[in-house]
Formats: sequence, C-alpha cells, structure tokens
Amino acid sequence: MSIPNTVAITEELIAAHGLKPDEYERILELIGREPSFTELGIFSAMWNEHCSYKSSKKWLRTLPTTGPYVIHGPGENAGVVDIGDGDCVIFKMESHNHPSYIEPYQGAATGVGGILRDVFTMGARPIAAMNALRFGAPDHAKTRHLVAGVVAGVGGYGNSFGVPTVGGEVEFDARYNGNCLVNAFAAGLAKTDAIFLSEAKGVGLPVVYLGAKTGRDGVGGATMASAEFDDTIEEKRPTVQVGDPFTEKCLLEACLELMQTGAVIAIQDMGAAGLTCSAVEMGAKGDLGIELDLDKVPVREENMSAYEMMLSESQERMLMVLEPARKDEAEAIFVKWGLDFAIVGKTTDDLRFRVLHQGEEVANLPIKELGDQAPEYDRPWREPGRFSPLPATDVAEPEDYGRALLALLGSPNNSSRRWVWEQYDTLIQGNSLQIPGGDAGVVRVEGHPTKALAFSSDVTPRYVEADPFEGGKQAVAECWRNLTAVGAEPLASTDNLNFGNPERPEIMGQFVKAIEGIGEACRALGFPIVSGNVSLYNETNGEGILPTPTIGGVGLIPDWAQMAKIGTMQDGDVVLLFGGDGTHLGQSVYMRDVLGLAEGPAPEVHLGDEKRNGDFIRSLIRNGQATACHDISAGGLALALAEMSIASGLGMSIDISEAAGPAHAVLFGEDQARYVVTVPADMGNFLMVNAEGAGVPFRRLGTVGGDTFSVEGILSLDVGQLRNAHESWFPDYMEATAAEAAE
Amino acid sequence: MKTAVVLLPGLNRDRDMIAALTKISGTPPVTIWQTETEIADDIDLVVVPGGFSYGDYLRCGAIAARMPVLRALKEKAERGTRVIGVCNGFQILVEAGLLPGALMRNASLKFVCREVKLEVANASTSFTSGYTQGQIIRCPVAHHDGNYVADETTLKSIEDKGQVVFRYAEGTNPNGSMNDIAGIVNEAGNVLGMMPHPENLIEAAHGGDDGRALFAAALEVAA
Repeated sequence: MSIPNTVAITEELIAAHGLKPDEYERILELIGREPSFTELGIFSAMWNEHCSYKSSKKWLRTLPTTGPYVIHGPGENAGVVDIGDGDCVIFKMESHNHPSYIEPYQGAATGVGGILRDVFTMGARPIAAMNALRFGAPDHAKTRHLVAGVVAGVGGYGNSFGVPTVGGEVEFDARYNGNCLVNAFAAGLAKTDAIFLSEAKGVGLPVVYLGAKTGRDGVGGATMASAEFDDTIEEKRPTVQVGDPFTEKCLLEACLELMQTGAVIAIQDMGAAGLTCSAVEMGAKGDLGIELDLDKVPVREENMSAYEMMLSESQERMLMVLEPARKDEAEAIFVKWGLDFAIVGKTTDDLRFRVLHQGEEVANLPIKELGDQAPEYDRPWREPGRFSPLPATDVAEPEDYGRALLALLGSPNNSSRRWVWEQYDTLIQGNSLQIPGGDAGVVRVEGHPTKALAFSSDVTPRYVEADPFEGGKQAVAECWRNLTAVGAEPLASTDNLNFGNPERPEIMGQFVKAIEGIGEACRALGFPIVSGNVSLYNETNGEGILPTPTIGGVGLIPDWAQMAKIGTMQDGDVVLLFGGDGTHLGQSVYMRDVLGLAEGPAPEVHLGDEKRNGDFIRSLIRNGQATACHDISAGGLALALAEMSIASGLGMSIDISEAAGPAHAVLFGEDQARYVVTVPADMGNFLMVNAEGAGVPFRRLGTVGGDTFSVEGILSLDVGQLRNAHESWFPDYMEATAAEAAE
Repeated sequence: MKTAVVLLPGLNRDRDMIAALTKISGTPPVTIWQTETEIADDIDLVVVPGGFSYGDYLRCGAIAARMPVLRALKEKAERGTRVIGVCNGFQILVEAGLLPGALMRNASLKFVCREVKLEVANASTSFTSGYTQGQIIRCPVAHHDGNYVADETTLKSIEDKGQVVFRYAEGTNPNGSMNDIAGIVNEAGNVLGMMPHPENLIEAAHGGDDGRALFAAALEVAA
C-alpha cells in the first residue's frame, strides 16, 4: 500500500507545512486550484525560509559579490574564485544547526557531507574543510553531549571522506543553550575551464539520478530548519538525515570521473528538500520544465509515497542532465563504484514541474514560480540600541595580572581546542602546511610548486550583539586579518548568517545592520562574498541565539616558503607590536571572563587602518622578515603573546611601560587591526623605520628567550604554566562527562 | 623496482601514498582495482594504503580482505614480494590473515590525528634498514581503530622473532596498543603493517622527512 495523494488539505495541514495563510493564498492564485498533498509538500519545501531566503534576500542583494578574481558568485552550489595558472578554488559555508541540536552526530555529519557535495558538484576535488561550532554554557545539561556528538560527527564524516579539516571555531555561550550552531565550510580545487553548473540546457534530454537510494529519512528537514524549537523537539528526530561518508567518497570519485567524459550538461546535488529542490533549481535556472517519473527512482524502502520521495533528504544523491550519446560510458562509471544510475525524467519546454507516480500525475506546477520567484518579504526591523562609551579607567584592574592571564588562557572560550581538532584528520592528502592552532589553516595547491591556500572562519558574536554593524565589520576584518597573518592575500569570503526569528523586528534589526557592516568591510578590504547561507529561527521558546554571522575566508600564498606561523619565533628575536596600543575593554573577554561583565560598546573597526596595517604585515612576511606572526583578537595583546610562547615553547621578556594608558587596557584591550610579529634582532629597527614610513603604529615590546613569560613589573609565569592552563580545560571538561556517566 | 598501489572503494590515503612513492622513486606506481584477480609478476612492492574501505562499516578491513585482489595479494606475498599496509591497509592485511593480531578501537574510543614518536624496534628488515636500531623518529597517526591486540602466545612469538618493527615511544602511544606496538612484519619479513602514516612525513612541506627512509629502503633507492 502507499500513502494516497488525496489527503485533505486543511488549515492545520497547511500550518504544519510551515506555510502562512497569505502564502497559501498565493499558491491558490498561482495554480488556480487546491494543491494536491504532494504539491503542498513541494511548495513547503521550496518556499520555506531555508530554501527560499524569503526574509533575507532583500538584504543579501546589498553585499558585494564581484571582484577581479571572482568567476561565480552566489547563486551556484558554491562560489568560484580564480587563483591563476588555470586553477580555481570553489568554496562555501553552510549551517546544519537545527538537525545537529536534535541529533548531534548525524546532524553534524550530514552538514559536512552536504557542504562537500556542494563543492564537488561543481567539479572540484575537496581539499580543505573547517567547522565553526557554537554550544551553550559549559554547565548546561546538554552541552557536553552536543560537543561530543557534533565533534565525533564532523570527524566521522570528514575523516572517512578524506578531506583535511584545517580550521574552525568552537565557542560556548549560554545564549546557545537551546540552539547549537554547526557551520561547515568546504573548499575544493578545480580547473577554470571545467566548472560544472546546475542550469539545465536542452529540451527532451534525460534527467539522471545518481548516488545512493532514496529512503524516508529527513522528510521535511528543510521545513523543520525554518522553525523555532519548543518543547516538542524530541519529536523532530525523524526529520534528521543519516550520513554515509563511504557512499559520498564513492560518489565524489564517480562524479569526477563522469565529468571527464563530457556526459554532464548540468548537475546539482540533492541537499535540503532533496529531489524537489534539485529538480526545480535545475529547470528554473535553465528556463526549462522538468518531468520526473518516481517509479524510476531508486528506493531503499518499500511503498514510499510520492510525497515522501519528493521531500526525502536522504544523503549522497545527485541529479544531472545527461548528454544522451554518453549514457553507456556514464553508467559504467557508476556501476564500477557501486552506485545507482537511473534515468528518472526529462527536460521539457513548457516550464512546468510535473511529477508522475504509479501512472498518475501527482504534481503539475509552474517551475519558475516555485524556484526563483518564491515569495519575498521586507520584514519590519528596529534600529539596535548602542552602548555608551566605556573608558578603560572605568573598568577594574585585576588584583593579580598573572592570575588573570592564566584564567583567560584556561577559560572555556580561550583555551586550546586541541581536544576537538585531534579528532579531525588534519593531514590527509599530504598538503597541510598549517593545521588548527594557528591563525589560519594552510594547504598547498597540488600540482603547483609554490602556491598555497589559506582558510579562516571568524565572528565575535558578543560584538555583534552589542553592535550589529561594528560586529558585522569585525567578523570580516578578523577573517581578513587571520589570512593576512599567515602571509596570504585574502581573495574572497563566504558568509553563514545565523540569527533568531526574523519575524521579530529587533532580530531583523540585528540582521540588517550586521549585513550592512559585512558589506562595508568586504568593500573596503576587497574581500567579496561569493557564496553563503542564512540560518534563521535559531530560537527556543522565544529566546534567540547571539547574532552570529560567521565569515569563512580564502587567501592565496604565492610561495609557501614565505609564510608565517604563530610558533616559529627564535631565541633572541625582537617582539614588535603593529597597529597601536590596546585601549578598548568594552565587550572584551577580560571583562566577561575575569570580571563577569558584558558591558560597553564593541570595538570599532577602522577599515582604512585595517587595510594599511594588514598590507604592511603581509609584505614583511613575504619579504621573509618575520620569524612568527599572530593577530591580536580576543584577550588582546597578552593572550596573543602567551599563545605565541605556548606554541614555540619559548619565553618572552616584555615591557609595556612606554605604552600610554592603563596596563589592563594595554594587555587585554581588544582594539582591532593589530598584530604581533617577531623578527631577528638585527631586523627590528629597520622594520620600525619601515612601519613609520607606512604610517603603521608600532612598538618594540621586548625579546624572545628563556622559559619565562614576563611583563616587566606586572607578571612573570613559566611557559609550562601557560601551557597547562591553556591545554587542560577542554579535556578536563569533556572527561568529567565520562566520569559522571560512569557514576 | 616496480610498485603497485591497491585501490578499494573507501580508501582515501591512496593519493598521499601514490604521491609519496612517486616522489621517492621517481616513477608513479601502477594501481590495482579491487576486482583484479592477479597481480603482475614484475611488481616488486605492493602497497595497501589507508582510509575507510567499505566505510569500515562491518569491522575495519573485514570486507576489503574478502575482495578478489586480496586473494591475489596473498598469493603474491607468499611468493616473497614486499607488501606494505598502512593504517586501513594494516587492518586489511590483518583481516586477510597476512599478519597476526587484531586492531581494536582506540582506548580513548575517539579518532586521533597527531604526531607521535616511533622507536625503530627492528632495523634489520627490508623496510627499516634505512634507520638505526632504536632510532626515534617522528610520524603522524590518524585512525580510530589502531589499538593492536594479540593473544599471549602470538604476542610472545612476534616479540621473540623480532617481528615488532615500530613501537610508540616516549609515552606517545595514542591508542592503547599492547607493548606500544605500532608496526609489525610477518614471520618471513616481507609484509609490513603499521598504523602511523610515514607517507605524510616525507618532505619539507610536511615539516620533516622521517618517513622517507622507510619507502627508500623498501624501494631500494636513495633516501
């Protein structure tokens, strides 16, 4: 038996599909009749927030998306950026927040799988992955379980698929107690003359289903991801998909082989809203209709209804338009890899999306309206309030600077993330030049003698909360700065915008102002957004997350022999600060984690300074003058210096007595556009003269050596003490779980 | 010497291995797909690389060990050809009965990717002759199931016969392996299995080249 297509369309059913009454009215107008059950499901899948961007589109259009290196901006499966010599890098970041909270292992795993597929659908072999993860307070009952599950899921999929995870973020805040964030980034390498797009071309051509079989998993996943959570969350587990990295690895190899044959006219992966979304997108983009015959779809469960097949989010599947002359060749490749290859439909010239099942037409809808003409909203928004200035002199100094530094190094948010990234394969493919723990992950470009790509993912949600505009700018600037700090030229970025419920004007206000800030920074720094994803409704019982617009950036290093790392300073080197002294303590981790306060404005980002200082740092790295480099971010100068000491195992003698302002602002201030660089002793004066010439503020801080980390007259600690504080928090926290579970 | 790399679906360090063998020997290895039933006579070294063959869904290496190419490899090894299995390759060789013991889940129950130290416990094999006895080398690991286990008799036997060629050193055992065992050879000495990844430490870009001497010895070329 099968579920019939004649389910009565009631108000409750419409609401359960996440469609608002006015949206349903629009459906009635569009098709001039009541939709069938399958059609209602199709509309729900296409018009939900996750797939249609109906609340965000208006604002996303304001972002800069073009530039001298951009080959394809947003609108494709991923952005494509030229890196010269006929090569391009293809990358995107995408959220899997809602499913990961419901089922952490599979939610995170399929998030990784989905983003990898976006990249290889375009013809690229994935070469790097990152993950920006955000969890609730460490003492919240669900947090450990989510951390353990998400990290294992990310590793379980990425390690088996075979992509190095070279960067990311892990952050804790009580505002994520009810909604964790899993933002997965992937980048791949392709030839600029062999990029594959999703736009269908040609009438009457076969539409082919590739990969794994369709099951009932993930039915309605995209609609689930477009709603707030409430106490019924446990009931949503069946909407989470199940990942199979082995099949995905086979699918990668099969697709790359297939693309070599000339058989692929257009190709699209099946992600959110599965068969529905991929077919509609391919047709709508190519101004063609699509007819699907569901009796031909490979299934792994019996008696699946048309509704279930159209909304299943089973993983590791692709849809393509085939060059018919190449069918046998193409099919042989999929047989070799043990994957399904089935002609399930054809392109048509009538702009209709028709679905046939058991001899019956179960859907017949206008494809353009489903796809690129989905509803769009201009939601009301409220200008966010701003904090009044907070001079550092109004902020308490620590009683003991040494203890304050150790507390920050060993805090949940600034301690080492080694426990996490050692569960990820960071070395596979043999091209990893920098793994997590530094400013950016770096991977060399296979087939090129000197080139490498750098990757970083950044956002400071507490800044965005305090000031969405400056916080948006800061996310971009910090990403750009991290790429610069390894010596890379930042090329382009991807954004993953995680916010609460856009139907609330204050949330929409955060979104609007953050985008304005992101756009301004991207324009000023020449760092266009080439792909991205919006995740709204990250709320539980009416409480939203911290606004979290994650920026993932890619930079190019022309010669990796001239690259900087954070832990490579040498005995006797001079320590230099570029970009000015610390003054700003508002929203700093010093205030949050030492004083227990969240006060004051976020630091302002002066984009002109950012560019000037960054360009100066990049050129000194490329001239081979830096022995080590680190950007200054959370925790200010003190944390940056301590991290360099921990990474190198060498002490430092620092003197800040000539810096203006109170010591706690100099050491812990989070002013932007700043870097610490170590250079050979005989190079120090020369670089300070250069900095003066370039208009870059600088200060000689001291020298490298010994095993003591000291700030003259303020603190003195063994490097071993710093390391213990830094390395122990995460494993201690996670092992406490095992101990508690065993009790 | 002519080298071959075995390919099975789900293996994923095949490209790393092919790159390493090519860089060290100057010649790319040939590849052998899982369904092949014979391995050419002129192949002098066969490598089974790392990864997750068949997703490691049943038991690491168990499905791969039953594929036609493994029967062919077993025959080839019995004729004395050198065979190296790294990581999943090691697990496959154990499952295929080419090497003794078993590889269980890491004691931590977690995947681990980090650099460890290895002691060359037997420098007189055709794989380790480029090292000195007792030499400590660096090498990365990346696995979920590298915890070497054997029954008492087997363990005593491989120890007595010098079949343990690499041991985790300086307290870096990442997986709980018995006797810190990281790599072993068969009794005849022509089949090596090891969990660490020497192919990921062969050049300046890797931050070191301690793994190079292993392949150089096996390939009989200069390191």
